[in-house]
Amino acid sequence: MQTVSLIAAAIEREGISTVCISLLREVTSVIRPPRALFVPYPMGYPLGAPNDNALQRRIIDAALALLPRIDVPVFEEMQR
Amino acid sequence: MATYEEMSLRVRLFMKGYPFKRFKIDPVPVAPFDKSLSKARVALVTSAGFHTPEQPGFDQGISMGDASFREIPGHIDVQILLESHNSSSFDHAGIEADKNLALPVDRFRELEAEGAIGELNHRHFSFMGSILNPRRLIKETAPQVARSLRADKVDAVLLTPV
Repeated sequence: MQTVSLIAAAIEREGISTVCISLLREVTSVIRPPRALFVPYPMGYPLGAPNDNALQRRIIDAALALLPRIDVPVFEEMQR
Repeated sequence: MATYEEMSLRVRLFMKGYPFKRFKIDPVPVAPFDKSLSKARVALVTSAGFHTPEQPGFDQGISMGDASFREIPGHIDVQILLESHNSSSFDHAGIEADKNLALPVDRFRELEAEGAIGELNHRHFSFMGSILNPRRLIKETAPQVARSLRADKVDAVLLTPV
């Protein structure tokens, strides 16, 4: 969570919008990347489940929906 | 969502004691997304420690973490990627079964084919997380990837941890 958050900040500073998936609110809310979607899955499963294309797509769609937000840091929770 | 309570005691104690606050991003940068997604060029970044069979693995001997990155070609079959992330803080079985779980190239190809995104970038980037001392990541390798993405005229990036 820390690594992707720090990379997201570097990318955003280059003028590119970013959104992070996060599995740990405790960490991400302290580091504060510009936009993060908290997902209700275990560590190692950022897009929910292997070979579950529909679930992976739902999570990706929810994350991409945060891109237009400029009220950073943006933290949203995905419901299971 | 994962919580501290679900993790092993060792990982939990480590995370409770780790000074995450030291690396708080302040101020939080913001780049307005002024394009419709259907016209945007999108790239992916993961910290899953993926690399191609030709690329060297990440160096797990660097005790404070390996801040290097691997460039993942956009045309690759993601399932052939290798993972050299040795952290015991997560279950590796999921990403071993389906690399899209942490680097969803196939899902984004579908989005591109449907016209939901403008186009997928010709390359993506992979780091290995669990970088205890992120100084080199912050000063050197993350900005380097950010500049490459800007050179590629990427409009949006999705980042996935493990």
